[in-house]
Amino acid sequence: MKFALKILKDFPSYLWSGWGAVASILLFVALWDVGNQIYGDLVLPSPLETFKTLGLMLHDDAVIAEIETTLYRASMGFGFSLILGTALGLLAGFFATASMMSRPIVTILVGMPPIAWIVLAMIWFGMGDETVIFTVIVASFPIIFVGALQGTRTLDGELKEMAESFNFPWHMRFFDVYFPHIFSYVFPAWVSGLGMAWKIVIMAELLATSNGIGASLAVARSQLDTPTALSIVVIMIASLMFIEYIILEPIKREVELWRD
Amino acid sequence: MERLEVKKLNHHFGFTEILKNINFTLDKGEVLSIVGPSGGGKTTLLHLCAGLLDVQEGSVTNTFKSSAFAFQEARLLPWKNVIDNISMGLLAKGEKNSEALKKSQEIALRFGLEEDDFEKFPKDLSGGMKQRVSFARALVLKPSLLFLDEPFSALDIGLKKELQSVLIDMISKKEISILFITHDLMEAIRLSDEMLLLKADPGHIVKKFRFDLIQNQREDRYVFSKSVEILQDKEIVSTFELELK
Ligand SMILES: Nc1ncnc2c1ncn2[C@@H]1O[C@H](COP(=O)(O)OP(=O)(O)OP(=O)(O)O)[C@@H](O)[C@H]1O
Ligand SMILES: [Mg+2]
Repeated sequence: MKFALKILKDFPSYLWSGWGAVASILLFVALWDVGNQIYGDLVLPSPLETFKTLGLMLHDDAVIAEIETTLYRASMGFGFSLILGTALGLLAGFFATASMMSRPIVTILVGMPPIAWIVLAMIWFGMGDETVIFTVIVASFPIIFVGALQGTRTLDGELKEMAESFNFPWHMRFFDVYFPHIFSYVFPAWVSGLGMAWKIVIMAELLATSNGIGASLAVARSQLDTPTALSIVVIMIASLMFIEYIILEPIKREVELWRD
Repeated sequence: MERLEVKKLNHHFGFTEILKNINFTLDKGEVLSIVGPSGGGKTTLLHLCAGLLDVQEGSVTNTFKSSAFAFQEARLLPWKNVIDNISMGLLAKGEKNSEALKKSQEIALRFGLEEDDFEKFPKDLSGGMKQRVSFARALVLKPSLLFLDEPFSALDIGLKKELQSVLIDMISKKEISILFITHDLMEAIRLSDEMLLLKADPGHIVKKFRFDLIQNQREDRYVFSKSVEILQDKEIVSTFELELK
């Protein structure tokens, strides 16, 4: 509770520190406009036109429904990875054999290109929710799994000994000695897993489904509707930036205050 | 009667013999110090006595009601501030949160930490400050037996003297028993009833020195003259010089 309050209290100063980011975004928009003037509306619609299209789209119930579909798939896949990846990662971390055995599997999962998974998933599950959710899981699970594994593997033996010498009861051992350390590994892994899930969901939809934002992007491409395509890209980037900078980063700052 | 008894203790790490045939007893209210060259197995011996390592051969019998350990490295929780670190042992004993905080603040001030430091994380503390926090975490428990592994090695002479006098005060009132390791002969002479000299490779006790004068009457002159006397002891010379070659 105290912790949540502190995050809120520090939030304004954090936002204030974001002016630099705002300036660079504005600079980017300016360059975009220059690009529009050079290459013309078909290749690169102006920012103004894109944002107008975006405004119209966000008032269109059909588009909102597509966004909801995508959100549903992304959160199902990511949620599953989050729970399973964290749980299995912690478990594997506590046993030396399990962590050794899991390494090659992780290498395969990380090394296999997501596009190959999509193809396999299309064969196994057909065109639909399952294919997308499966691909999201396969892509974000190993990141979270490795984070949790590393967190448990790197627990400090000296601190464990210290806890033992003071006879810490189990709940103090867990919450005061193990948890903060593990969390400092798991939380960044969740953040990168989320970023990965968001990218993969669009790609899988584009190739394997007929609804969701990814599918809308495919339609916009086939109709050469560049303003819509760009608006969708803006939606994707804006939502990712919102989650990352407004929600996760402030939490991360407080959580890692004790670090160098 | 509370006492710590070590009999015929041997210890190996892999195939290396670290400790060989260690025997001593520590009775309630006594202070026993261990001096010896670096890498001689002092920390290992202390960990064995405190039950942090499993005894392989021989026996360690500890009947003290409570004990606390201050490690050679401070071993603070990096995600807890100074006061929370000190209060960990109290909380583990089931003390109420407010009570634990109050005691921790008192002892922190007594050990020369300032209120500005209370909220700091270990990464923002100096080596000596960390050591004081770690020492405070052990002493705030008022244990019956205290294990100290070079507790003052990172402190300046002023602080060292101040913390030693805190201990001397408790020792003279027979409130505490201490088993401690030090590199500082004068510290051992000032604080202990008995000093064990641990020679390396493998660690074994070559000589015991007793100091009978009660601790709060040992003035600097006593400490100096004893140091001079002990520094000329043949065993001391051979134990330390051979290792320094
Ligand atoms: N966990 C371990 N595994 C293997 N060898 C160890 C282990 N801990 C200590 N040793 C070895 O045991 C010997 C004694 O170590 P110890 O830490 O007890 O020395 P010490 O007397 O406390 O030295 P110092 O005064 O420098 O602190 C050293 O040679 C060290 O390399
Ligand atoms: Mg040592």
